Amino acid sequence: MPENKETCLHSRHVALGAQMSPFGGFDMPIQYEGITEEHQAVRNHCGVFDVSHMGEVSVTGPDAERYINHIFTNDLTGAPDGKIFYGMMLREDGGTVDDLLVYKRGDNDFFPVINAANIDKDLEWMRRNASGFDVKITDLSDSMGELAVQGPEAERVMEEVLGLPCSELTFYTFKELDRDGKHLIISRTGYTGEDGFEIYADYEATGQMWDRLMESGRCAPCGLGCRDTLRFEVGLPLYGDELADDVTPLEAGLGIFVKLDKNGGFIGCEALRKQKAEGLKRKLVGLEIHDRAIARHGSEVIDPADGHVIGHVTTGYRGISVDKSVAMAMIDAAYAEKGAEVAVKVRRKTFPATVTAKKFYKKSYKK
Amino acid sequence: MSKTYYSRTHEYVTVDGNIGYVGISDYAQKALGNVVYVDMPEQGDDVTAGEEFGAVESVKAASDLIAPVSGAVVESNELLIDNPRLINQDAMANWIIKVELSDPAELDELMDEEAYNAFCATEGAH
Repeated sequence: MPENKETCLHSRHVALGAQMSPFGGFDMPIQYEGITEEHQAVRNHCGVFDVSHMGEVSVTGPDAERYINHIFTNDLTGAPDGKIFYGMMLREDGGTVDDLLVYKRGDNDFFPVINAANIDKDLEWMRRNASGFDVKITDLSDSMGELAVQGPEAERVMEEVLGLPCSELTFYTFKELDRDGKHLIISRTGYTGEDGFEIYADYEATGQMWDRLMESGRCAPCGLGCRDTLRFEVGLPLYGDELADDVTPLEAGLGIFVKLDKNGGFIGCEALRKQKAEGLKRKLVGLEIHDRAIARHGSEVIDPADGHVIGHVTTGYRGISVDKSVAMAMIDAAYAEKGAEVAVKVRRKTFPATVTAKKFYKKSYKK
Repeated sequence: MSKTYYSRTHEYVTVDGNIGYVGISDYAQKALGNVVYVDMPEQGDDVTAGEEFGAVESVKAASDLIAPVSGAVVESNELLIDNPRLINQDAMANWIIKVELSDPAELDELMDEEAYNAFCATEGAH
């Protein structure tokens, strides 16, 4: 295995005493003070995440829009500059290559943001499927840092601590500005279910902004541990858990980000139309487990009547904002009705569980 | 007079006569963070030295519990069912299971407190 890469803030995390662990090929902070404390800081105040491990790509050229629409499930046709779209890149068979954000900077200029663990795979995929399109694809991942400032106080922290006015930004829009000779991309996006912003900048500017946030005392450093509990509670998928090469976005309940009637279609469109017409065989659901036991990724979900395996847990926690053992699971569609009684196996024991919605906590986006 | 022994997987057993109180060390609870669930065997179950007998779960992950000694479980600590964080408050006082030792010679394979502290110091250096 190659050594894990380090983000531009790595030494700062170590100096703060963070518990470090490999994630997506990077040595990342999992927690500083503790997952629960950091989770609550984001739900109630403000937290900052180093998400510089994420991959950033530039797609430019005369065919850029047509190309993005070809490889991406959402539809950017006629979108205004400054808008952001969430969606997936799919294989021909409908399996998910990655889920990503695409920022529209101009008619010929797009900025996809991809998962760290998939950077090499995605770029290979994007380049392989660019033949016939006049586009230039550039990997910016190794020169760009990213911070996520998240929580109900995020807007004030952005303005008062970083001097970055952003109240005019609506959900899933961004702006670009130059500050002290540095170019910044600021978007009203995040992965926590709270209001918040993401800032892309070079390593030096990323470090300076991190330091100002730490010195202010108004923003808790937050690790990937609580990033996962926060996104999980509001039902957001994580590639590798809910999404994978052999999972389609329809199975994962992400159909609203898949424009099956898009003019010209997209890679994987035919396979998904067929899947939709034939009906889904499995679906991602929420589970509430009637015990304190926690079902983790990979735990089997079974039919309580005869014990046969009907699926598996994709993510599970003892909820933090909800004091229950809850999980997301990919299960046989025959059992996916809300209220259905199933069971989960955790080590040697089996616990009853009820199928629920995937959201265990209400999002508080500022739209 | 009781004496406490430790395993390389960070369980302890405090022995009083032929009864052992088994839990996780203070070092282990600190490494885990907030304990949110303890999966324990029931009274009458047998545990075997070196084998898994349950798990302690933090928010992030489950850690297997490995029995430091063999024997029959005479009691599991039911206070931990509703209040697993007692382990964070005082890991040594809040044992997980009480075992009737079937082979006290197994204790010779474990570390005393001094040896265990030295062991933890080398683990932390990694």
